[in-house]
Amino acid sequence: MAEPVLAAFRGRHLLSISDLSADEISGLINTAHRFVEVSEREVKKLPTLRGKTVVNLFFEPSTRTRTSFEIAGKRLSADVINISAQSSSVLKGETFKDTVLNVASMNPDALVIRHPSPGTPLYASKIAGCSVINGGDGAHAHPTQALLDMMTIMEHGKSLQNIRVSIIGDVLHSRVARSNIAAFKMFDAKITVCGPKTLMPPDVGSLGVRVTHDISEAVREAEVIMMLRIQTERMAQGLFPSLREYSAQFCLDSRVMKKARPDAIVMHPGPINRGIEISSEVADGPYSVILDQVAHGVAMRMAVLYLLCGGAEQ
Amino acid sequence: MGEDKAARRVVLSSADIGRTLARMAHEITEKNPDVSSLALVGIITRGAPLARRMAEKICAITGVEIPVGGLDVTFYRDDLARKGPNLNASPTDIPFDISGKTVILVDDVLFTGRTIRSAIDAIMDLGRPGRIQLAALLDRGHRELPIRADYIGKNIPTSRDELVKVRVREIDGEDAAVILGGANG
Repeated sequence: MAEPVLAAFRGRHLLSISDLSADEISGLINTAHRFVEVSEREVKKLPTLRGKTVVNLFFEPSTRTRTSFEIAGKRLSADVINISAQSSSVLKGETFKDTVLNVASMNPDALVIRHPSPGTPLYASKIAGCSVINGGDGAHAHPTQALLDMMTIMEHGKSLQNIRVSIIGDVLHSRVARSNIAAFKMFDAKITVCGPKTLMPPDVGSLGVRVTHDISEAVREAEVIMMLRIQTERMAQGLFPSLREYSAQFCLDSRVMKKARPDAIVMHPGPINRGIEISSEVADGPYSVILDQVAHGVAMRMAVLYLLCGGAEQ
Repeated sequence: MGEDKAARRVVLSSADIGRTLARMAHEITEKNPDVSSLALVGIITRGAPLARRMAEKICAITGVEIPVGGLDVTFYRDDLARKGPNLNASPTDIPFDISGKTVILVDDVLFTGRTIRSAIDAIMDLGRPGRIQLAALLDRGHRELPIRADYIGKNIPTSRDELVKVRVREIDGEDAAVILGGANG
Protein backbone atom coordinates (compact mmCIF):
# COMPACT_ATOMS: atom_id res chain seq x y z
CA MET A 1 0.00 0.00 0.00
CA ALA A 2 1.21 3.39 -0.88
CA GLU A 3 1.95 5.74 2.00
CA PRO A 4 -0.11 8.91 2.03
CA VAL A 5 2.09 11.55 0.41
CA LEU A 6 1.31 14.04 3.14
CA ALA A 7 3.29 12.13 5.73
CA ALA A 8 6.28 11.69 3.46
CA PHE A 9 6.84 15.34 2.61
CA ARG A 10 9.11 17.31 4.92
CA GLY A 11 10.12 20.11 2.59
CA ARG A 12 9.11 23.73 2.54
CA HIS A 13 6.47 25.88 0.92
CA LEU A 14 6.35 29.55 -0.01
CA LEU A 15 2.76 30.57 0.59
CA SER A 16 3.33 34.04 1.95
CA ILE A 17 6.23 36.25 3.01
CA SER A 18 5.84 35.03 6.59
CA ASP A 19 7.31 31.68 5.51
CA LEU A 20 10.67 33.44 5.27
CA SER A 21 12.98 35.12 7.78
CA ALA A 22 14.65 38.44 7.06
CA ASP A 23 17.95 36.58 6.73
CA GLU A 24 16.46 34.23 4.18
CA ILE A 25 15.08 37.15 2.20
CA SER A 26 18.56 38.68 2.13
CA GLY A 27 19.97 35.30 1.13
CA LEU A 28 17.43 34.94 -1.67
CA ILE A 29 18.33 38.40 -2.96
CA ASN A 30 22.03 37.53 -2.79
CA THR A 31 21.43 34.28 -4.66
CA ALA A 32 19.15 35.91 -7.23
CA HIS A 33 21.81 38.54 -7.84
CA ARG A 34 24.13 35.72 -8.85
CA PHE A 35 21.51 34.29 -11.19
CA VAL A 36 21.29 37.64 -13.01
CA GLU A 37 24.82 36.96 -14.22
CA VAL A 38 23.76 33.54 -15.50
CA SER A 39 20.86 35.09 -17.43
CA GLU A 40 23.34 37.35 -19.23
CA ARG A 41 25.67 34.54 -20.29
CA GLU A 42 25.78 32.86 -23.65
CA VAL A 43 24.99 29.53 -21.97
CA LYS A 44 22.06 30.55 -19.77
CA LYS A 45 21.84 27.34 -17.84
CA LEU A 46 22.97 25.80 -14.59
CA PRO A 47 22.71 22.08 -13.79
CA THR A 48 21.50 22.76 -10.24
CA LEU A 49 17.96 21.30 -10.42
CA ARG A 50 18.61 18.60 -12.98
CA GLY A 51 16.03 15.84 -12.59
CA LYS A 52 13.55 18.04 -10.72
CA THR A 53 10.06 18.70 -12.05
CA VAL A 54 8.21 21.98 -11.57
CA VAL A 55 4.53 22.26 -12.50
CA ASN A 56 2.94 25.64 -13.11
CA LEU A 57 -0.74 25.29 -12.25
CA PHE A 58 -2.47 28.50 -13.31
CA PHE A 59 -6.17 29.08 -12.75
CA GLU A 60 -5.94 32.74 -13.70
CA PRO A 61 -4.43 34.46 -16.72
CA SER A 62 -0.78 35.43 -16.44
CA THR A 63 2.06 36.20 -18.79
CA ARG A 64 4.80 37.49 -16.55
CA THR A 65 4.60 35.18 -13.56
CA ARG A 66 4.04 31.98 -15.52
CA THR A 67 6.74 32.70 -18.10
CA SER A 68 9.06 33.86 -15.37
CA PHE A 69 8.70 30.63 -13.37
CA GLU A 70 9.03 28.60 -16.55
CA ILE A 71 12.26 30.30 -17.64
CA ALA A 72 13.56 30.20 -14.06
CA GLY A 73 13.02 26.45 -13.79
CA LYS A 74 14.55 25.80 -17.19
CA ARG A 75 17.64 27.91 -16.49
CA LEU A 76 18.25 25.65 -13.49
CA SER A 77 17.75 22.53 -15.67
CA ALA A 78 14.45 21.51 -14.05
CA ASP A 79 11.69 20.17 -16.26
CA VAL A 80 8.82 22.64 -16.28
CA ILE A 81 5.26 21.76 -17.21
CA ASN A 82 2.51 24.36 -17.62
CA ILE A 83 -1.12 23.64 -16.92
CA SER A 84 -3.66 26.40 -17.33
CA ALA A 85 -7.29 26.13 -16.30
CA GLN A 86 -8.44 27.10 -19.78
CA SER A 87 -6.89 24.03 -21.34
CA SER A 88 -7.33 21.48 -18.55
CA SER A 89 -9.99 19.19 -17.16
CA VAL A 90 -11.10 22.07 -14.95
CA LEU A 91 -13.30 22.91 -17.94
CA LYS A 92 -14.92 19.49 -17.59
CA GLY A 93 -15.76 20.26 -13.98
CA GLU A 94 -12.80 18.74 -12.21
CA THR A 95 -12.42 20.21 -8.73
CA PHE A 96 -9.32 22.04 -7.51
CA LYS A 97 -8.64 19.20 -5.08
CA ASP A 98 -8.76 16.54 -7.78
CA THR A 99 -6.63 18.59 -10.13
CA VAL A 100 -3.95 19.00 -7.44
CA LEU A 101 -4.08 15.33 -6.41
CA ASN A 102 -3.78 14.17 -10.01
CA VAL A 103 -0.88 16.46 -10.80
CA ALA A 104 0.75 15.49 -7.49
CA SER A 105 0.51 11.81 -8.42
CA MET A 106 2.96 12.47 -11.23
CA ASN A 107 5.59 13.30 -8.62
CA PRO A 108 6.57 16.91 -9.22
CA ASP A 109 9.06 18.54 -6.85
CA ALA A 110 7.28 21.88 -6.83
CA LEU A 111 3.86 23.20 -7.74
CA VAL A 112 3.49 26.87 -8.57
CA ILE A 113 -0.15 27.80 -8.07
CA ARG A 114 -2.04 30.87 -9.19
CA HIS A 115 -5.71 30.97 -8.29
CA PRO A 116 -8.39 33.65 -7.84
CA SER A 117 -9.37 32.28 -4.42
CA PRO A 118 -7.22 33.20 -1.41
CA GLY A 119 -5.91 30.18 0.47
CA THR A 120 -5.90 27.72 -2.41
CA PRO A 121 -2.08 27.32 -2.34
CA LEU A 122 -2.26 26.67 1.41
CA TYR A 123 -4.87 23.99 0.83
CA ALA A 124 -2.79 22.48 -1.98
CA SER A 125 0.27 22.40 0.28
CA LYS A 126 -1.60 20.07 2.64
CA ILE A 127 -2.44 17.49 -0.01
CA ALA A 128 0.23 17.78 -2.71
CA GLY A 129 3.19 16.10 -1.01
CA CYS A 130 5.64 18.50 -2.65
CA SER A 131 6.71 22.11 -2.30
CA VAL A 132 3.98 24.59 -3.13
CA ILE A 133 4.78 28.12 -4.26
CA ASN A 134 2.07 30.74 -4.21
CA GLY A 135 2.07 32.46 -7.60
CA GLY A 136 -0.73 34.80 -6.50
CA ASP A 137 -3.96 33.82 -4.74
CA GLY A 138 -6.81 36.29 -5.03
CA ALA A 139 -6.25 39.39 -2.93
CA HIS A 140 -4.16 37.44 -0.42
CA ALA A 141 -0.48 37.17 -1.34
CA HIS A 142 2.07 37.16 -4.12
CA PRO A 143 5.32 36.52 -2.27
CA THR A 144 7.66 36.17 -5.25
CA GLN A 145 6.54 39.58 -6.53
CA ALA A 146 7.48 41.17 -3.21
CA LEU A 147 10.85 39.40 -3.30
CA LEU A 148 11.66 40.54 -6.82
CA ASP A 149 10.58 44.07 -5.92
CA MET A 150 12.98 44.10 -2.98
CA MET A 151 15.73 42.74 -5.17
CA THR A 152 15.09 45.44 -7.79
CA ILE A 153 15.36 48.12 -5.12
CA MET A 154 18.71 46.73 -3.98
CA GLU A 155 19.99 46.40 -7.53
CA HIS A 156 19.33 50.13 -7.84
CA GLY A 157 21.76 50.82 -5.06
CA LYS A 158 19.26 51.31 -2.26
CA SER A 159 19.26 49.60 1.09
CA LEU A 160 16.05 47.99 2.35
CA GLN A 161 16.60 49.04 5.92
CA ASN A 162 14.36 52.00 6.84
CA ILE A 163 13.56 52.69 3.18
CA ARG A 164 10.64 55.02 2.38
CA VAL A 165 8.15 53.22 0.16
CA SER A 166 4.84 54.55 -1.13
CA ILE A 167 2.30 52.08 -2.46
CA ILE A 168 -0.32 53.79 -4.59
CA GLY A 169 -3.60 52.57 -6.07
CA ASP A 170 -6.06 49.78 -5.36
CA VAL A 171 -4.54 48.60 -2.09
CA LEU A 172 -7.75 46.82 -1.08
CA HIS A 173 -7.63 44.18 -3.82
CA SER A 174 -3.88 43.97 -4.21
CA ARG A 175 -2.01 40.84 -3.20
CA VAL A 176 1.12 42.63 -4.36
CA ALA A 177 0.55 45.41 -1.82
CA ARG A 178 -0.15 42.92 0.95
CA SER A 179 3.00 40.87 0.33
CA ASN A 180 5.14 43.95 -0.12
CA ILE A 181 3.92 45.52 3.13
CA ALA A 182 4.68 42.28 4.98
CA ALA A 183 8.13 42.02 3.41
CA PHE A 184 9.18 45.66 3.84
CA LYS A 185 8.07 45.72 7.45
CA MET A 186 10.66 43.04 8.18
CA PHE A 187 13.26 45.66 7.23
CA ASP A 188 11.66 48.49 9.23
CA ALA A 189 10.66 50.33 6.06
CA LYS A 190 8.55 53.48 6.32
CA ILE A 191 5.52 52.60 4.26
CA THR A 192 2.85 54.96 2.95
CA VAL A 193 -0.26 53.70 1.18
CA CYS A 194 -2.30 55.97 -1.03
CA GLY A 195 -5.56 55.61 -2.94
CA PRO A 196 -9.26 56.38 -2.79
CA LYS A 197 -10.90 55.63 0.56
CA THR A 198 -13.04 52.98 -1.11
CA LEU A 199 -9.91 51.08 -2.21
CA MET A 200 -8.26 50.96 1.22
CA PRO A 201 -8.54 47.80 3.30
CA PRO A 202 -10.80 48.33 6.35
CA ASP A 203 -7.97 47.23 8.65
CA VAL A 204 -5.45 49.63 7.08
CA GLY A 205 -4.98 51.32 10.44
CA SER A 206 -3.59 48.14 11.94
CA LEU A 207 -1.02 47.54 9.20
CA GLY A 208 1.45 50.00 10.67
CA VAL A 209 1.55 52.14 7.55
CA ARG A 210 0.87 55.81 6.90
CA VAL A 211 -2.32 56.44 4.91
CA THR A 212 -2.92 59.35 2.57
CA HIS A 213 -5.42 60.08 -0.17
CA ASP A 214 -3.23 62.68 -1.84
CA ILE A 215 -0.81 61.32 -4.43
CA SER A 216 1.51 64.35 -4.25
CA GLU A 217 1.83 63.78 -0.54
CA ALA A 218 2.60 60.08 -1.13
CA VAL A 219 5.22 60.75 -3.77
CA ARG A 220 7.12 63.41 -1.85
CA GLU A 221 10.09 61.91 0.03
CA ALA A 222 9.43 58.40 -1.28
CA GLU A 223 12.55 56.54 -2.38
CA VAL A 224 10.37 53.89 -3.99
CA ILE A 225 7.05 54.65 -5.67
CA MET A 226 5.14 51.46 -6.18
CA MET A 227 2.10 51.73 -8.42
CA LEU A 228 -0.66 49.13 -8.38
CA ARG A 229 -2.80 48.10 -11.30
CA ILE A 230 -6.39 49.33 -11.29
CA GLN A 231 -8.56 46.35 -11.96
CA THR A 232 -11.14 47.91 -14.27
CA GLU A 233 -13.69 45.30 -13.26
CA ARG A 234 -13.80 47.01 -9.84
CA MET A 235 -15.56 49.98 -11.37
CA ALA A 236 -18.69 47.90 -11.81
CA GLN A 237 -18.69 47.37 -8.06
CA GLY A 238 -19.07 51.12 -7.57
CA LEU A 239 -15.76 51.53 -5.78
CA PHE A 240 -14.90 54.54 -7.89
CA PRO A 241 -17.06 56.52 -10.26
CA SER A 242 -15.07 56.41 -13.49
CA LEU A 243 -11.61 55.62 -14.75
CA ARG A 244 -11.29 59.25 -15.79
CA GLU A 245 -11.99 60.48 -12.31
CA TYR A 246 -9.63 57.90 -10.86
CA SER A 247 -6.80 58.89 -13.12
CA ALA A 248 -7.41 62.60 -12.57
CA GLN A 249 -6.60 62.04 -8.91
CA PHE A 250 -4.29 59.04 -8.76
CA CYS A 251 -2.44 58.76 -12.06
CA LEU A 252 1.32 58.98 -11.69
CA ASP A 253 2.21 61.42 -14.45
CA SER A 254 5.09 63.81 -15.01
CA ARG A 255 3.25 66.58 -13.17
CA VAL A 256 3.15 64.44 -10.02
CA MET A 257 6.70 63.22 -10.57
CA LYS A 258 7.96 66.82 -10.33
CA LYS A 259 7.33 66.48 -6.60
CA ALA A 260 9.36 63.28 -6.30
CA ARG A 261 12.93 62.95 -5.11
CA PRO A 262 15.42 62.95 -7.97
CA ASP A 263 16.67 59.52 -6.91
CA ALA A 264 13.22 57.94 -6.60
CA ILE A 265 12.40 54.81 -8.59
CA VAL A 266 8.99 53.95 -9.99
CA MET A 267 7.78 50.35 -9.90
CA HIS A 268 4.71 48.55 -11.17
CA PRO A 269 3.98 44.81 -10.99
CA GLY A 270 2.32 44.86 -14.42
CA PRO A 271 0.30 44.67 -16.50
CA ILE A 272 0.15 48.46 -16.64
CA ASN A 273 -2.89 50.46 -17.70
CA ARG A 274 -1.25 53.31 -19.58
CA GLY A 275 -2.93 56.61 -18.83
CA ILE A 276 -4.97 55.23 -15.94
CA GLU A 277 -2.69 54.59 -12.95
CA ILE A 278 0.53 55.60 -14.70
CA SER A 279 1.20 57.82 -17.71
CA SER A 280 3.25 56.52 -20.61
CA GLU A 281 5.79 59.28 -20.03
CA VAL A 282 6.49 58.00 -16.53
CA ALA A 283 6.23 54.29 -17.34
CA ASP A 284 8.80 54.69 -20.11
CA GLY A 285 10.75 57.47 -18.40
CA PRO A 286 14.00 57.67 -16.48
CA TYR A 287 12.52 56.90 -13.05
CA SER A 288 10.86 53.71 -14.22
CA VAL A 289 12.39 50.33 -13.33
CA ILE A 290 9.35 48.35 -14.46
CA LEU A 291 11.20 46.20 -16.98
CA ASP A 292 14.05 45.60 -14.52
CA GLN A 293 11.42 44.11 -12.22
CA VAL A 294 10.53 41.63 -14.94
CA ALA A 295 14.17 40.75 -15.58
CA HIS A 296 14.84 40.31 -11.87
CA GLY A 297 11.69 38.22 -11.58
CA VAL A 298 13.38 35.38 -13.44
CA ALA A 299 16.47 35.52 -11.23
CA MET A 300 14.40 35.71 -8.03
CA ARG A 301 12.24 32.76 -9.03
CA MET A 302 15.40 30.80 -9.76
CA ALA A 303 16.51 31.56 -6.20
CA VAL A 304 13.13 30.51 -4.80
CA LEU A 305 13.14 27.24 -6.74
CA TYR A 306 16.71 26.62 -5.63
CA LEU A 307 15.73 27.17 -1.99
CA LEU A 308 12.62 24.98 -2.11
CA CYS A 309 13.66 22.19 -4.49
CA GLY A 310 17.28 22.18 -3.43
CA GLY A 311 16.74 19.41 -0.93
CA ALA A 312 15.96 18.95 2.36
CA GLU A 313 16.58 19.32 5.97
CA GLN A 314 18.02 22.58 7.22
CA MET B 1 49.65 7.56 20.27
CA GLY B 2 49.04 9.91 23.16
CA GLU B 3 47.48 12.45 20.82
CA ASP B 4 44.29 14.18 21.76
CA LYS B 5 41.78 13.51 19.00
CA ALA B 6 40.35 17.00 19.11
CA ALA B 7 43.79 18.60 19.06
CA ARG B 8 44.89 20.47 15.99
CA ARG B 9 47.95 19.08 14.28
CA VAL B 10 49.78 21.54 12.04
CA VAL B 11 50.89 19.97 8.76
CA LEU B 12 52.08 23.20 7.11
CA SER B 13 53.26 26.31 8.93
CA SER B 14 53.01 29.80 7.55
CA ALA B 15 56.61 29.61 6.26
CA ASP B 16 55.92 26.15 4.75
CA ILE B 17 52.92 27.54 2.86
CA GLY B 18 55.01 30.40 1.43
CA ARG B 19 57.74 28.02 0.27
CA THR B 20 55.26 25.51 -1.08
CA LEU B 21 53.39 28.09 -3.15
CA ALA B 22 56.72 29.34 -4.54
CA ARG B 23 57.70 25.80 -5.54
CA MET B 24 54.33 25.21 -7.17
CA ALA B 25 54.67 28.50 -9.08
CA HIS B 26 58.01 27.28 -10.44
CA GLU B 27 56.49 23.93 -11.47
CA ILE B 28 53.68 25.71 -13.27
CA THR B 29 56.09 27.86 -15.29
CA GLU B 30 58.25 24.83 -16.11
CA LYS B 31 55.30 22.83 -17.36
CA ASN B 32 53.82 25.80 -19.27
CA PRO B 33 56.60 27.65 -21.13
CA ASP B 34 54.01 29.89 -22.80
CA VAL B 35 53.26 31.75 -19.59
CA SER B 36 51.12 34.35 -21.37
CA SER B 37 48.46 31.71 -22.07
CA LEU B 38 48.04 30.95 -18.36
CA ALA B 39 45.08 31.95 -16.20
CA LEU B 40 44.69 31.06 -12.54
CA VAL B 41 41.25 30.34 -11.17
CA GLY B 42 40.92 29.77 -7.44
CA ILE B 43 37.96 27.80 -6.14
CA ILE B 44 36.02 29.90 -3.65
CA THR B 45 36.51 30.16 -0.75
CA ARG B 46 40.15 29.44 0.12
CA GLY B 47 41.41 28.55 -3.32
CA ALA B 48 40.86 32.16 -4.41
CA PRO B 49 43.50 33.87 -2.23
CA LEU B 50 45.92 31.00 -2.89
CA ALA B 51 45.49 31.55 -6.65
CA ARG B 52 46.21 35.26 -6.24
CA ARG B 53 49.39 34.56 -4.30
CA MET B 54 50.52 31.97 -6.82
CA ALA B 55 49.95 34.46 -9.65
CA GLU B 56 52.11 37.01 -7.85
CA LYS B 57 54.88 34.45 -7.52
CA ILE B 58 54.62 33.52 -11.20
CA CYS B 59 54.86 37.21 -12.03
CA ALA B 60 57.94 37.54 -9.83
CA ILE B 61 59.58 34.61 -11.65
CA THR B 62 58.65 35.47 -15.23
CA GLY B 63 57.68 39.14 -15.18
CA VAL B 64 54.35 38.23 -16.78
CA GLU B 65 51.07 39.28 -15.14
CA ILE B 66 48.73 36.31 -15.05
CA PRO B 67 44.97 36.90 -15.00
CA VAL B 68 43.42 35.59 -11.77
CA GLY B 69 39.81 34.85 -10.92
CA GLY B 70 37.63 33.20 -8.31
CA LEU B 71 35.15 30.45 -9.14
CA ASP B 72 32.13 29.55 -7.04
CA VAL B 73 30.88 26.02 -7.67
CA THR B 74 27.79 26.05 -5.42
CA PHE B 75 25.29 25.60 -8.24
CA TYR B 76 27.31 22.78 -9.81
CA ARG B 77 27.69 20.60 -6.72
CA ASP B 78 26.27 17.08 -6.62
CA ASP B 79 25.41 17.12 -2.90
CA LEU B 80 22.56 19.65 -3.00
CA ALA B 81 20.00 17.07 -1.87
CA ARG B 82 22.20 16.09 1.08
CA LYS B 83 23.48 19.46 2.20
CA GLY B 84 20.58 21.67 1.16
CA PRO B 85 20.73 25.04 -0.53
CA ASN B 86 23.33 27.68 0.30
CA LEU B 87 21.96 31.19 -0.02
CA ASN B 88 25.19 32.91 0.98
CA ALA B 89 27.60 31.80 -1.71
CA SER B 90 30.06 34.37 -3.06
CA PRO B 91 29.88 35.33 -6.71
CA THR B 92 32.17 33.92 -9.34
CA ASP B 93 34.62 36.63 -10.37
CA ILE B 94 36.45 35.81 -13.58
CA PRO B 95 36.98 39.16 -15.31
CA PHE B 96 38.66 37.77 -18.43
CA ASP B 97 37.89 35.46 -21.34
CA ILE B 98 39.01 31.93 -20.56
CA SER B 99 38.69 30.71 -24.15
CA GLY B 100 41.92 29.17 -25.39
CA LYS B 101 43.67 29.75 -22.04
CA THR B 102 45.45 27.16 -19.98
CA VAL B 103 43.27 27.45 -16.90
CA ILE B 104 44.88 26.29 -13.69
CA LEU B 105 42.28 25.51 -11.05
CA VAL B 106 43.60 26.18 -7.56
CA ASP B 107 42.10 24.62 -4.46
CA ASP B 108 43.27 24.31 -0.88
CA VAL B 109 42.50 20.65 -0.19
CA LEU B 110 42.01 17.88 -2.74
CA PHE B 111 39.83 15.15 -1.20
CA THR B 112 37.04 13.24 -2.98
CA GLY B 113 37.49 15.12 -6.26
CA ARG B 114 33.83 16.10 -6.38
CA THR B 115 34.50 19.82 -5.97
CA ILE B 116 36.95 19.66 -8.89
CA ARG B 117 34.37 17.86 -11.03
CA SER B 118 31.92 20.71 -10.30
CA ALA B 119 34.62 23.28 -11.04
CA ILE B 120 35.41 21.75 -14.43
CA ASP B 121 31.71 21.87 -15.35
CA ALA B 122 31.43 25.46 -14.14
CA ILE B 123 34.49 26.53 -16.17
CA MET B 124 33.14 24.85 -19.29
CA ASP B 125 29.95 26.93 -19.04
CA LEU B 126 32.03 30.11 -19.12
CA GLY B 127 33.94 29.36 -22.29
CA ARG B 128 36.21 26.86 -23.97
CA PRO B 129 39.59 26.76 -22.26
CA GLY B 130 42.52 25.31 -24.20
CA ARG B 131 43.49 23.16 -21.24
CA ILE B 132 42.57 22.76 -17.59
CA GLN B 133 45.17 21.82 -14.99
CA LEU B 134 44.81 21.41 -11.25
CA ALA B 135 46.90 22.72 -8.37
CA ALA B 136 46.13 21.78 -4.76
CA LEU B 137 48.00 22.86 -1.66
CA LEU B 138 47.16 19.61 0.09
CA ASP B 139 46.21 16.21 -1.29
CA ARG B 140 44.65 14.11 1.42
CA GLY B 141 43.61 11.13 -0.71
CA HIS B 142 40.24 9.31 -0.64
CA ARG B 143 39.34 10.14 -4.23
CA GLU B 144 35.87 9.13 -5.40
CA LEU B 145 36.36 10.23 -9.02
CA PRO B 146 39.19 9.70 -11.51
CA ILE B 147 40.77 13.10 -10.81
CA ARG B 148 44.39 13.92 -9.96
CA ALA B 149 46.30 17.14 -9.43
CA ASP B 150 49.05 18.38 -11.75
CA TYR B 151 50.69 20.33 -8.92
CA ILE B 152 50.57 19.26 -5.28
CA GLY B 153 51.91 21.21 -2.33
CA LYS B 154 51.99 18.29 0.05
CA ASN B 155 50.54 14.79 0.23
CA ILE B 156 49.16 14.01 3.64
CA PRO B 157 47.79 10.63 4.66
CA THR B 158 44.51 11.09 6.51
CA SER B 159 41.63 9.00 7.67
CA ARG B 160 38.26 9.76 6.16
CA ASP B 161 36.71 11.27 9.25
CA GLU B 162 39.51 13.69 9.96
CA LEU B 163 38.95 17.33 9.12
CA VAL B 164 41.68 19.00 7.10
CA LYS B 165 41.61 22.78 7.07
CA VAL B 166 43.78 25.29 5.30
CA ARG B 167 43.69 28.67 6.96
CA VAL B 168 44.78 31.70 4.96
CA ARG B 169 45.62 35.14 6.31
CA GLU B 170 43.26 36.94 3.86
CA ILE B 171 40.26 35.16 5.39
CA ASP B 172 41.33 33.57 8.67
CA GLY B 173 44.06 35.97 9.80
CA GLU B 174 46.81 33.31 9.71
CA ASP B 175 48.47 30.90 7.32
CA ALA B 176 48.42 27.26 8.41
CA ALA B 177 47.29 23.84 7.29
CA VAL B 178 45.90 21.78 10.14
CA ILE B 179 44.26 18.45 10.82
CA LEU B 180 41.49 18.56 13.35
CA GLY B 181 40.61 15.22 14.97
CA GLY B 182 37.96 12.76 13.83
CA ALA B 183 34.26 13.11 13.18
CA ASN B 184 33.53 14.47 16.64
CA GLY B 185 36.62 16.70 16.70
